Amino acid sequence: MTDSLYAEWTKLRTLTSTAWLLLGAVVLTIGITVAVLAATHQSPGSGGGQDPTKIALTGIDLGQAVIAVLAVLAISEEYGTGMIRTTLAAMPRRLITLGAKAVNVAALTLAAGVLAVAGCLIAGRLTLPADGLGPAHGYALVSIAHSPTLRAAAGSVIYLILIGLLALGVATAIRDTAVSVGAVLALLYLPPLLAQAVSDPLRRHIEQVAPMTAGLAIQATTNLRNQPIAPWAGLAVLAAWAIASLLLAGLLLRRRDA
Amino acid sequence: MTATSASLRPPVSPKRAGFQSVLRAEWVKFRTVRGWIAGLGVAVLACVLFSYLVANGTHSGTCTGTGTNCKSGHPFVPTGPDGQAVADSYQYLARPLTGNGTITVQVASLSGLISSSPVNVAPSLSSTRPGLAGWAKAGLLLTPGTRQGSPYAAVMATAAHGIRFQYDYASDRAGLPGAVSATSPRWVRLTRRGDTITGYDSTNGASWHKIGAVRLPGLPATVDVGLFVTSPVSFHDGTGHQTQATGAFSHIALAGKVSGPWHSRSIGMSQADFYPTLGAGSMHRSASGFVLTGSGDIAPAVVQGVLGTNTAASTLLLGLTVGLIALIVIAAMFITSEYRRGLIRTTFTAIPRRGRVLAAKAIVIGAVAFAIGAIAAAASIPLGEHLLTSNGDYVFPASAAAVVQVVAGCGLVNALTTIAVLALGTMLRRSAGAITAGIVVFVLPYVIGSSLSGSIETWLFRLTPAAAFSVLGVLPRSALVDYPYTFGNGYYPLPPWAGLLVLAAYTVAALAAARVLLARRDA
Repeated sequence: MTDSLYAEWTKLRTLTSTAWLLLGAVVLTIGITVAVLAATHQSPGSGGGQDPTKIALTGIDLGQAVIAVLAVLAISEEYGTGMIRTTLAAMPRRLITLGAKAVNVAALTLAAGVLAVAGCLIAGRLTLPADGLGPAHGYALVSIAHSPTLRAAAGSVIYLILIGLLALGVATAIRDTAVSVGAVLALLYLPPLLAQAVSDPLRRHIEQVAPMTAGLAIQATTNLRNQPIAPWAGLAVLAAWAIASLLLAGLLLRRRDA
Repeated sequence: MTATSASLRPPVSPKRAGFQSVLRAEWVKFRTVRGWIAGLGVAVLACVLFSYLVANGTHSGTCTGTGTNCKSGHPFVPTGPDGQAVADSYQYLARPLTGNGTITVQVASLSGLISSSPVNVAPSLSSTRPGLAGWAKAGLLLTPGTRQGSPYAAVMATAAHGIRFQYDYASDRAGLPGAVSATSPRWVRLTRRGDTITGYDSTNGASWHKIGAVRLPGLPATVDVGLFVTSPVSFHDGTGHQTQATGAFSHIALAGKVSGPWHSRSIGMSQADFYPTLGAGSMHRSASGFVLTGSGDIAPAVVQGVLGTNTAASTLLLGLTVGLIALIVIAAMFITSEYRRGLIRTTFTAIPRRGRVLAAKAIVIGAVAFAIGAIAAAASIPLGEHLLTSNGDYVFPASAAAVVQVVAGCGLVNALTTIAVLALGTMLRRSAGAITAGIVVFVLPYVIGSSLSGSIETWLFRLTPAAAFSVLGVLPRSALVDYPYTFGNGYYPLPPWAGLLVLAAYTVAALAAARVLLARRDA
């Protein structure tokens, strides 16, 4: 297992795309957050109901796409280049290979996720009080000393890891980079669109089961009663998606010719 | 020997080496990949399926009273002479006129009340404040019948838009500026000659100025002519408020063959009518003429919060996005798979002018994507309209021009997006990068926009490629109705052609960058 982990780590580390994608994920996440914060202005008296932490973490919506691509490439490029046959010849226990890839993707995502989330929170802490969403207006300061915010921050990092694992599983099953990227991004972004377009109770059900909307419930820090799903329950739904996709991937990997 | 080797060389005519053969080569490359053709089918099916889901999941009922008494279905919405949805609610005091004639009146004053409660709450005359909606109207109206949606011609004093000559709901000519007051009353006159109605105004009742004339074809010999007052919903502090106007008329002069007495009616002002009105209409005689009180509007119907924002096109938005994702994958692979397999080197050996290859690919993928978008839209529109109607939702009648706009617009959105993604693929050479970039740039602005609120959303639909979704904007808007035509109310910030231009700018920029890189880099 250690050898397999090290082998997968070497493969992933030595691709230039990996570093670029990780950097891209961090920069995009923080960049989108900064752009959204710059456009956020809560006029006094326009009523509460805003969630400063969730606003500060908006960048995750986009950053997850890059993480998903990183995870897809970790396996699909091996199929594209034929490398997968060498890998499986060297390590015939295929599930170990898949596990090693999952661990590596998760570790890299953890590193990028911590940086991205920290950047988002710092940006939110610096700018939101001036936008009318600070302690002076009855909102909690965006700070990890505030336990719901800590939960949202840690949960967002876990969210990114689970998205990476989900994407890895899908790509292992599909084995083609282009189709996998399209499928993963469609799986992430289409259900929220569909939810916007239909009315309750269908909307609520979609938001409870779709990977992105359920998983991002972890970012809610205010008005928890009106969320479609509780924070940790939502993350558990996403975890179920990730596990199911990895199980399917493992099954297909064992049964199919490479 | 020389003769033999010459005969082995295939005969190349200069014509066949032209752009047409490049185009043909790219088309063959495209149509012979089974997965892509299947992907096109997926795009159409996904578009239709998601439009179905959206339309089927849209149930809007109407709520009356305090919002607790809701029922499904929608109230009757009149249809004007051109087939558009119209508001036709007013207080009318009229007499039948046979043949040619002229009616003249002095509008002595125009005043009104504005409800303090928002439009979705049943209004009460006890909670009002004095004031007038900008398009409060008092004047003369000629119509063949008072059925809602009938053709008409009218000349009127308005609260904020001076004297106006209007006919058939959408047409408007400006007359004298300024508001009516006791010190400066306005005189208006309406003349019928055959099928032609002419409107005049005057400040003194002696010197008349013609505002405009209209031919109402098929006008019967006997029509109703008389006085009317109406007052539309006024929008301020974010919501609509019903209003009521009272107009005082004097110096009524009716020349022509009139029959019967003056007959006062409230048209379209009952609870069952869709247009929100305030109070009951009334009429009483004054010393010098009549005083009419009315509420409503005679104008095109816009969303106004009571009709919902459903159009068959609005149900298409999600399906269009879904189909676009499939097309983005295909468009990216159309070029990146050549790089992956090394076919690009063969291609450039056969056709050294690389710009031509890019142009041919752009034409092929653009034409295919246009067809897919148009087919999907043409299939989804009738389906969406049918489902919405059977769910009891009100669907604004779509003119033929609107249907063409949506069908061609969906095709163009698809074509421009796929060409831009093709250019991205040419620049990045990798399918993963091209597809991600394509989805992030062309699909995500809309996804993120729909989860944000307020001004960011408006700017996303102005500046990002999502602007092109304005081709789906077919909700009626009118200069004759004061309404916040905002994104939150279902109106796109840009007109369709401007939205398409924004997307086209992105496409042209991507193509230009791809062209430069293609020429400078080794394949």
